[in-house]
Amino acid sequence: MMSLFGDPAVWLPLVFAGLMGVSILVYVVLDGFDLGVGVLTPLAGETHKDRMVASIGPFWDANETWLVLAVGLLLVAFPVAHGIILTALYLPVAVMLLGLILRGVAFEFRAKAPAPNKPLWNRAFFYGSLMTALSQGFMLGLYIMGLQWTFATVAFACLTALCTTAGYCFMGATWLIIKAEGELQVTAVRWARASLNGLLAGFVAISVASPLVSPRIFAKWFSVPEILLLAPLPVMAAGITALVWWALTHLPDEHDRYRHVPFVAGSVLFMLAFAGLAYSFYPYVVPEKLTLYEAAAAPESLLIILVGTVFVLPAIGGYTALAYIVFRGKARALSYD
Amino acid sequence: MDTLILSRIQFGANISFHILFPTVTIALGWVLLFFKLRFNATGDERWMDAYRFFVKVFALSFALGVVSGITMSFQFGTNWPGFMETVGNIAGPLLAYEVLTAFFLEAVFLGIMLFGFSRVPGWLHTLATFLVAFGTTMSAFWILVLNSWMHTPVGFEMRDGVAHATNWLAIVFNPSMPYRLTHMLIASGLTVAFLIAGLSAFRLLLGDKGGSARLSLKTGVTIAAILIPIQILVGDLHGLNTLEHQPQKVAAMEGNWETRGNVPLLLFALPDEAARENRFEIGIPGGASLILKHSFDGVVLGLNDFVAEDGTVMHPPVFAVFWSFRVMVGIGVLMLVLSWFAAYVLWRRRPETINPWLLRGFVAMTFSGWVATLAGWYTTEIGRQPWLVQGVMTTKQAVADVPAPMVLSTLVVYLAIYVLLTTAYISVLFYLARKAARGEDVKPLTPSSGAAEVELIPAE
Repeated sequence: MMSLFGDPAVWLPLVFAGLMGVSILVYVVLDGFDLGVGVLTPLAGETHKDRMVASIGPFWDANETWLVLAVGLLLVAFPVAHGIILTALYLPVAVMLLGLILRGVAFEFRAKAPAPNKPLWNRAFFYGSLMTALSQGFMLGLYIMGLQWTFATVAFACLTALCTTAGYCFMGATWLIIKAEGELQVTAVRWARASLNGLLAGFVAISVASPLVSPRIFAKWFSVPEILLLAPLPVMAAGITALVWWALTHLPDEHDRYRHVPFVAGSVLFMLAFAGLAYSFYPYVVPEKLTLYEAAAAPESLLIILVGTVFVLPAIGGYTALAYIVFRGKARALSYD
Repeated sequence: MDTLILSRIQFGANISFHILFPTVTIALGWVLLFFKLRFNATGDERWMDAYRFFVKVFALSFALGVVSGITMSFQFGTNWPGFMETVGNIAGPLLAYEVLTAFFLEAVFLGIMLFGFSRVPGWLHTLATFLVAFGTTMSAFWILVLNSWMHTPVGFEMRDGVAHATNWLAIVFNPSMPYRLTHMLIASGLTVAFLIAGLSAFRLLLGDKGGSARLSLKTGVTIAAILIPIQILVGDLHGLNTLEHQPQKVAAMEGNWETRGNVPLLLFALPDEAARENRFEIGIPGGASLILKHSFDGVVLGLNDFVAEDGTVMHPPVFAVFWSFRVMVGIGVLMLVLSWFAAYVLWRRRPETINPWLLRGFVAMTFSGWVATLAGWYTTEIGRQPWLVQGVMTTKQAVADVPAPMVLSTLVVYLAIYVLLTTAYISVLFYLARKAARGEDVKPLTPSSGAAEVELIPAE
């Protein structure tokens, strides 16, 4: 059965790289919006803060599970790469974990602790979200720089940290455009417009830096016929950016009919950027050092995970969709009743 | 201190902090389902009040469990890359199944369970409560399969220094798994029973008139009184299983240095590893032999049999294992006495007002389950040293080559956060109990944040 689709040592690592890619992408879009909302909270007043938190309350937990799945897949499918990458990223990972801890618990504590402590937990929520977003962007930058710690690579990683945070703010703001009403919705449109620039700056920075750092990526991008096949990517990105910009200048519209446009388009932008990265780095899982075939776990073990995944992933998709349907519409104050 | 010991302390700190919260949520999920089903069956509002109060405890515990669990999944890579490189083919699928079958289930339905009461039909809310409880239990199942396999590894072969699975059924149902899983699930039940009883007793001491506090106290006491004798029996079986597969751990638990018959059951001793003997020993003659071998002259292996020719010690540190085991057993005995006495009072005598000293006893024991659970885990995990996977790889072989100062600095920050959060958690639980005792926040349709008014969307 294992050789049904050819050599399992070839297709299994590829399938798992794909699964991992999907999990990371889903994570970035989903946790991106709730981290973004967290980073935006200090800009809002007290009532708006509650509403903003309420808009992500039922979702954040499941969103973060995609991170566990992504790092879990890295761990189980590419154990050697998992060790190398995470040891190289020891400090940013620690900062991210502290951030995730702070914001995760602040969710609960800000609603349950005595009222005088609420501002304290609001701050924890903001700083936790900010630390998480910045450290994830930092890790992205360092990964693109081949996991090297030099002055130049750290400087670049700092830039991507800021741009990723802006990107998450953009996702957060566009999520709020969907979930908020009235004044908060108008404010969210303003936030989305401002953060879009940061996101675009990030795209440009990565697009310029990747081929400059790696001659291999340079060749992959700028040789014929690859350059022709790749051309649709930036063209589509430009088109979608224009669409987002147009939507943001017209929102909020009269019947709230186009409120989904910026969020969906933003998700597609992330998808395109991710596809570009995946194309550039394939077949490496540790840049320029270790291919996914070299890093893969034993085929028997991968297969047994795959069998489970094939059955479980659609179920996860199903009940995740159920949660989004149950909590659709404008965000209300959160209540256990 | 070197990277190895710092990494061990860091992992120990993380996993100790983490286990506190799953220990609460695993059993509390089922108790919440019980409250919900009682409410469905009787229509008695007191059951729903109990549900509403403890669902907050659940939500808080769940959040702390999730975030500390994420930390764990990253630390495998940052601090212990050798673990996955050597046994990744076995640990990987087990962890993957935990994420796939448990994490998503509980995370998604938690949202519906917490915030969906008025948005979904009643049956779906009950189902969501069930699925969250089921998910937490599944999660415990997979992680205990992996942990047990590290103690009693079977169903694999080593090829070029890497473990490859040969028999998944044997791996999942490895020799110590049934005992360890049962022991842990009941430990969770006892932790929750005393947590519920403690918080309810606290509310009653403050003069809670709602009626649900008395009901939940009785629930907690009853669960505790039923579970504790079972736990003592299961613990004994688990010990015998350990004696079979990891005799050096049992030798450390009993403080037994020489292989001999008539081993005393030590009530007190200060094991001295340098001198390889115990000081200030007080014991019951032949007691340990009787428990472990069911006869007074039963021969039990001693620690000195686990020292290699060249002097390399292949048994765990004795003092820590010896004492954490006694702490666990001591709390177990306290639990037995208190819960049986209280069960007798509440079920037989049914007093108008419960003696405040009994209530204070339960308040004092609110977090006794935590202490016993941690002590039990320290016994078994420190008892596995110097092995990471018994007989396959040592802890030292797995540690990452990260500079010690880097590990130390992150360790200090983690510890600070953990102390802060544990303190905040405990104080918020008692704050919620005080609020409930004053009769605030138990009526339906009151938002938990107390900040914004509720605008309910009718369940469509």
